[in-house]
Amino acid sequence: MVEKYKRQYGSGIEGQSYLGQNCLIVDRSLFPDILQLLCDEEQFDYCVDITAVHYPKREKQFDVIWILYSFPRNERIRVKTQIADGESLPSAVPIWPTANWLEREVYDMFGIKFDGHPDLKRILLPDGWKGHPLRKDYNILQQDNEWVQINLGIESGQ
Amino acid sequence: MNDTKAPANLDLETPEKTYLDSNELILNMGPQHPATHGVLRVILKLDGEKVLGTECVIGYLHRGVEKIAENRTYTMFNPYVDRMDYVAAVSNGLGYCQAVEKLLSVEAPPRANYIRVILTELNRIASHQLWLGTHALDIGAMTPLFYTFRDREEILKIFEKYCGARLTTHAFRIGGCQYETYAGFEKDVKNFLAFFPPKIDEYEELLTTNRIWLERTKKVGVISGKDCIALGVTGPVLRASGVKWDIRKAQPYANYANFDFEIPTGENGDTYDRYMVRMIEMRQSLRIIEQAVNGIPEGPIMAKVPKVIKPPVGEIYHSIEAPKGELGYFIVSDGSTQPYRVRVRPPSFVNLQALDTMVRGMLVADVVAVIGTLDIVLGEVDR
Repeated sequence: MVEKYKRQYGSGIEGQSYLGQNCLIVDRSLFPDILQLLCDEEQFDYCVDITAVHYPKREKQFDVIWILYSFPRNERIRVKTQIADGESLPSAVPIWPTANWLEREVYDMFGIKFDGHPDLKRILLPDGWKGHPLRKDYNILQQDNEWVQINLGIESGQ
Repeated sequence: MNDTKAPANLDLETPEKTYLDSNELILNMGPQHPATHGVLRVILKLDGEKVLGTECVIGYLHRGVEKIAENRTYTMFNPYVDRMDYVAAVSNGLGYCQAVEKLLSVEAPPRANYIRVILTELNRIASHQLWLGTHALDIGAMTPLFYTFRDREEILKIFEKYCGARLTTHAFRIGGCQYETYAGFEKDVKNFLAFFPPKIDEYEELLTTNRIWLERTKKVGVISGKDCIALGVTGPVLRASGVKWDIRKAQPYANYANFDFEIPTGENGDTYDRYMVRMIEMRQSLRIIEQAVNGIPEGPIMAKVPKVIKPPVGEIYHSIEAPKGELGYFIVSDGSTQPYRVRVRPPSFVNLQALDTMVRGMLVADVVAVIGTLDIVLGEVDR
C-alpha cells in the first residue's frame, strides 16, 4: 500500500512499523487527499481517534496523529504529520463525522486549528479560557486565574 | 446553536415542524439533572415536545488526566486511569497496563491473564448492572435499580476481597497482577456464577415483555450501523445496530482468543435492541468467567519487569473492549521514566457525539431514554 502511494505522491509519504503497528508519515501538503483516499480506496471507514503531540524544541512543533481502523480489513493504521505552531490542517469532518469532537479537543488542548470544521470551539475547557493545557510549555499547576476569579468568584482553583 | 443542520455524511434530516404557530424553544437540561448521569448539560432546541437539535456542553468534570500522566511515572499513573470510567475501573486498568506492556515488549504470564479476564468480565457485568438500574429508573421503572444494586454488591465484594477496593480497584500492575488470588476466590466466583443467571431472568421478567418498557424503548433513538461507524460509535450501541464487532474477537488481547463466547447483535438499532444486547452480554460474560475459573493455571502472576519502568523510545496504540466500547491508549515514550504523552480514547466521549443523531425528531422524554441507553460515564467523557 505504501509503495503504491509513494509512486503516486513521491517522497511526501513514508511507511513505518513499530511493534507490529503501522504508521504512515505524510507531508502536510498531501492533506486532506490522503485521508480521503484511505477512507474511500483502502476502506479505513472508522476514524478511531485524532490527537497531537507537542515537541517544543522542534521547528515543526506538533505531530498530529489520526488513528484509523478498517472494518472490512480488520486492520489499524496511524497517519502522522508534522506542522508548525500556528499552521492549520484541513478538517476531516467531511470524511468521518466523528472527527468533529475529536478535532475540537485537539484545538482545545493544543490550539491547532482545523480549516473547514463546522464549529471549531473549545470542548472540555470553558469558552473564555486562555492557553492550551497539553502544550509542553503549559505548567501542570498553571491555570487561567483571571477566568477563575471572574467566573467562580474565588482567588484560585488550587 | 448552529448545529440544527445535519452533520455531513449522515442520512439525517431536520424534522419538519409540527405545530404551525409555535415558536422554537431553547431548553437547558442539566448539568444538575438526575437523568444526565453526572454533570452533562444538553441544550435542546424544541418545537413543542419535538427535538429539532441538541448541543452537548461537557467538561464540567475535566481534571486533565492526560496532563497528569506526563508528570507522573508509568507506575504512578496507573491508579489515575481507574478514575475515568469509575464504574468499570478494572477495564481501564487492563487497557493501560497492556499498552505499557506492549511498549516494554513484556507479556503477562498465563495465570495473570486468567485473573485479569475473570475480574474484567465481572466488572463488565457490574457496569451493565449499574447501567440497567439507572436506565430503567430514568424511564420510570424503579424496581430494577434495587435488584441490580443488590446483586452488584456480590461482585464488589469479590473485588474488595481481592484488592481491598470496591470501585477504584487498581487491580492490575504493569507486567501482571500485584496480588495472588485470596483463599476461596475460585469458590466465590463459582458461587456468583450459580447465583447470577436467575437474577438476569428476574430483570428480564420485569422488563423484556413489559408493555410500558416496550413503548418507551422500541423505535426510540434509532441509529443505523452505517451511521454508527461514521460517528465512531462502538460497544453495545454499535452491535445493537447490527454490526458484529467486538475487539475481544476482532483483535483479541489478554487470552480472549482461547474462550468460547458469542457476540450478540441487534437488528433495529433502537433502545430496546441495545437493552437486549447488554442483557445477552452479561450472560456471555458469565460463560467467559466460567471457562476462565475452571481453566485457571498455576504459575507466576508477574512477568519480569524492571523496578524502574523505562520503555524504549517509541509509540503504541492499544485498545480493549471496555463495557462502553473501544477504550484505547496511545502512549508516546521518550525513553524516560515518565510518558511523553498519554492519550486516552474514551468510548463514552465518542459515543455521546451520536446523541444528536439519535434524538432528532424524538420527544423530550426520549432524550432521557437515549442518554441512558448510550451508557455514558461523565468521568470518562471529561477526563
